[in-house]
Amino acid sequence: MTPADARARIQERFGVDAVADGGLAVTLPRERWQEFARFAHDELGCRYFNWLSAVDWKDQGFEVLCRVENLDTPLVVTMRTRLGAGEMRCSSLTALYRGANWMERECYDMFGIVFDGHPDLRRILLSDDWEGYPLRKDYAVDTPHAPYR
Amino acid sequence: MEVKRPLPQIPPPVWGDFKDLQEWEKYHQSRPLDDKTSNALASIADAIHHMPGGWIVTTSTDKIFNWARKSSIWPVTFGLACCAIEMMATFASRFDVERFGMVPWASPRHSDLMIVSGTVTIKMAPMLRRIYDQMPDPKWVVSMGSCANSGGPFRHGYHVVKGVDRVVPVDVYVPGCPPTPDSLMYGLLKLQAQVDEFQKTGKRTAASDPGGA
Repeated sequence: MTPADARARIQERFGVDAVADGGLAVTLPRERWQEFARFAHDELGCRYFNWLSAVDWKDQGFEVLCRVENLDTPLVVTMRTRLGAGEMRCSSLTALYRGANWMERECYDMFGIVFDGHPDLRRILLSDDWEGYPLRKDYAVDTPHAPYR
Repeated sequence: MEVKRPLPQIPPPVWGDFKDLQEWEKYHQSRPLDDKTSNALASIADAIHHMPGGWIVTTSTDKIFNWARKSSIWPVTFGLACCAIEMMATFASRFDVERFGMVPWASPRHSDLMIVSGTVTIKMAPMLRRIYDQMPDPKWVVSMGSCANSGGPFRHGYHVVKGVDRVVPVDVYVPGCPPTPDSLMYGLLKLQAQVDEFQKTGKRTAASDPGGA
């Protein structure tokens, strides 16, 4: 399947235009996150989960990004969704991609985004007693951190 | 899953809030209890020193002890980051600190010196402290490189201890990113000079000693 075909099928199925920027970038509503991942996995053949991360857009809320790839054709699909202001929940992709497990844990660790359906959502890099989420824009980096800061 | 609120924004203390360097250091570091063995030895030596003719004994034994101490400083082998590569180069045959009597030793229990070579993260700091606590007195610490001195390029990161002197007391700071083996060797020679004065002054270096400052 060529990127052009994939773009047409995304347009047909989800009604969004996939921007071609060295791959396909799809902006989705939050409710269709998991649905699109399943579509990409089963129908576009994107079996390879590359990465998942987030962006803090301050007042406009968080944006979760994820890249999946079809290594055979090859086809790269970047999916992104806005969580909305003050919203912290996103559906998990762990049922589809096992690789999503640690990436979502890291995302929770750094941004505090809660992935619904994740089997084991704990901190992964920072210590368990860490307070706050350091990659958020409102995190006070120079806050004295007892006893070493 | 409960979402924790972000930390309240406490304004971090800045240089201007403190009277001078000593105040700033006092805020940031709590030194461990003083070296008990050396204190006991010092009081005995003091008693002998005040006996008639005793000063001949004390000054010469001080000299011998300090010579022995400074000529066999064993650094504990552990590296935290890229500075450790330069530290290894210093230990290796080209620069060869073994001619100063320094044998990199793989146990903190037998070591006198800790070379903090690299970035100390908040997660690593308790382990560093534990290694330091396992070393027998008297012990010294060399902070090697920008990261260990002050946090270096990661100073405004969220995860790095802003200077290892907030975890353990430091005797010599070696600047550089990373310091060359020559710099580290210069620092080690400075440390030897300090160790030579160890009993005579009755305390450690003034720079990192809040008791003496």
